[in-house]
Amino acid sequence: MTAPAVPAEKPAPASAAAPLERRRFLRSTAALVLGVCVVVLLAAVSLFVGVGDLSLSSLMSGDPTTHMLFWVSQLPRTLSIVLAGMALSVAGLIMQLMARNKFVEPSTVGTVESAQLGILAVTVLLPGASMFLKMSTASVFAAAGTALFLLILRRIPLRNTLIVPLVGIMLGGVISAVTTFFAYRTDLLQTLNSWMIGDFSGVLRGRYELLWIVGALTLIGYLAADRFTVAGMGQDFTTNLGLNYNRVMALGLVIVSLISAVVVVSVGSIPFLGLIVPNLVSLLIGDNVRRAVPWVAVFGAGFVLLCDIIGRTIRYPYEIPVGVVVSAVGSVIFLYLLLRKRGSHA
Amino acid sequence: MPETSTSALPAALTEHRRRPVRTVPAGFWIIVLGVVAAALVAVFMTIELRGNLGYALPRRAVKVGSMILVAYAVGVSTVLFQTVTANRILTPSIMGFDALYVLIQTVLVFALGGGALLSLGAPIRFCLEVLLMVGFSFLLYRWLFTGGGKSLHLMLLVGIVFGTMFRGFSSLLQRLIDPSEFIILQDLFFASFNNVDAALLGYSAAAVALVSAVAWRMRHSFDVLALGRETAVNLGVDHKRAVTATLIICSVLVAVSTALVGPVTFFGLLIASLAYQLCAKFRHASVLPIAVLLGIIALVGGQLVLERVFDFDTALSIVIEFVGGIVFLILLLRGNVK
Repeated sequence: MTAPAVPAEKPAPASAAAPLERRRFLRSTAALVLGVCVVVLLAAVSLFVGVGDLSLSSLMSGDPTTHMLFWVSQLPRTLSIVLAGMALSVAGLIMQLMARNKFVEPSTVGTVESAQLGILAVTVLLPGASMFLKMSTASVFAAAGTALFLLILRRIPLRNTLIVPLVGIMLGGVISAVTTFFAYRTDLLQTLNSWMIGDFSGVLRGRYELLWIVGALTLIGYLAADRFTVAGMGQDFTTNLGLNYNRVMALGLVIVSLISAVVVVSVGSIPFLGLIVPNLVSLLIGDNVRRAVPWVAVFGAGFVLLCDIIGRTIRYPYEIPVGVVVSAVGSVIFLYLLLRKRGSHA
Repeated sequence: MPETSTSALPAALTEHRRRPVRTVPAGFWIIVLGVVAAALVAVFMTIELRGNLGYALPRRAVKVGSMILVAYAVGVSTVLFQTVTANRILTPSIMGFDALYVLIQTVLVFALGGGALLSLGAPIRFCLEVLLMVGFSFLLYRWLFTGGGKSLHLMLLVGIVFGTMFRGFSSLLQRLIDPSEFIILQDLFFASFNNVDAALLGYSAAAVALVSAVAWRMRHSFDVLALGRETAVNLGVDHKRAVTATLIICSVLVAVSTALVGPVTFFGLLIASLAYQLCAKFRHASVLPIAVLLGIIALVGGQLVLERVFDFDTALSIVIEFVGGIVFLILLLRGNVK
């Protein structure tokens, strides 16, 4: 039998692999630091792009209006882009781990649409609701919508990789039809439009701070990333490993729903972001989740910063909402990801 | 109605045969639905009719005419599209056809300017748009449908993403266009049933009549095409040519309905699915008229109920979207898609 030979051979490659492993770790850390530098650079560009007359020299000279512009408008805007980009990308990754499917993310499973329905409900029923109340309602709706999707997912007869996002997109379509119908009746279509298309132009000091919550959630997502991978393997497998399946799934649901809801309430929806960023990262560095999360966060922040800078410069002095730029670029990347395999077969 | 053997039909098209055989012949349904549709049209034309008849009647006639034309265009294009793609869940609009039409309109306004485009006049503009649409959609969908691994789920997802991409680029370009030009553009494709231009309706009817004549000449090959590529070729149909012609017919029909009332995503899926349910045997001679009649009933009846009972205006497409989305989900979940 070959069984005894295996343990005998095992220690040798393991000991040889240790320094190799460390070297790879150092190299990937160096690359990550480089990535962070690129994001910081993009953030710096983003700080000084804008209609307002803002340059580094005027900021240094201590001109009070420039200072105000910087602290009230430019800095909050850049911060919110970074936070939202990181959080949405990590939320997408968590969704993908939980559903064991590479093509799902909050905007392809109905989470974002549910959050929009939640905001509409609270706007219609309690017009004077506080930001916090709006956000909590949106989160509850988002969690309910995502849970509905996961329930439907369990009942699908054949779980093909592609049918999962299809069902999600359709569920999102049905939910947003309901939203549109009631928005139409209550004359809120225009308001609704601003939640449909992500846009950072309205971000000011005092209006973005909720996004720090999603920053914290992103960190929790990082710490718990491995658990979501395990939970994705199924209830029995998770229980065998000594984890509480329902608790892990609930944690994932709460993180994803809160992130989607807070981002929709503060800036609107940014489609496909959570889908393309984790997929591109996995193409580049592979599927080790723990290692992928920081990359996903960095990529997400950088991607949204870049799209926002494009949106602000392409039609200067007018501005194109970041959601429009991301959905145009993102759908092309999504198509590439879908058709990539087919091309290699042919 | 003579019942020909359909035993060789591919599984996707004979799904219903596993259920109890219905004894009601398709001809019966055509008559019943025809009567209902005619009654609804009559009610729509005459309900609460007062004041200046010379003003109200032509307006209502244009409205009903455009609804009938849209029902016809959507019904026929969906069924034919499903025949050549051998499935019951892809529709031209799910594959992004109407989003493509909107994108082409936008690109034209972006490239030529709204004023220049309008000065071409409606007939030339319509021909130009339809030609571009047919050419582009043809290249795109030919490539998709003749490629290697043809998983239906992949096709569906690709279609939906293409639709999203076309809409994304349209809205990107629309924001780059001058605001005054944008208003021209908006009028071009966000017309609802309430403000259809009578002249445009005429051109559209002419275009529909033209492709219908082509389709009529091809009518015998449709049932054969539904047998699948291999069988159709064995039975002597030039498959490539027939599929090409059908895709062109679909493009024109989609362009007409989108130009008239704007994109409606799930409408075709809804009426085609219902039509298949009502037909005991899949034959285009019975499925096509039933789908069109169902479309007329849904549009005229739906508009009537929304306008007169609920006092809404143009929310019909939203309701169709809702119901159609649920039907689509059920089709997906029942595993009707293979």
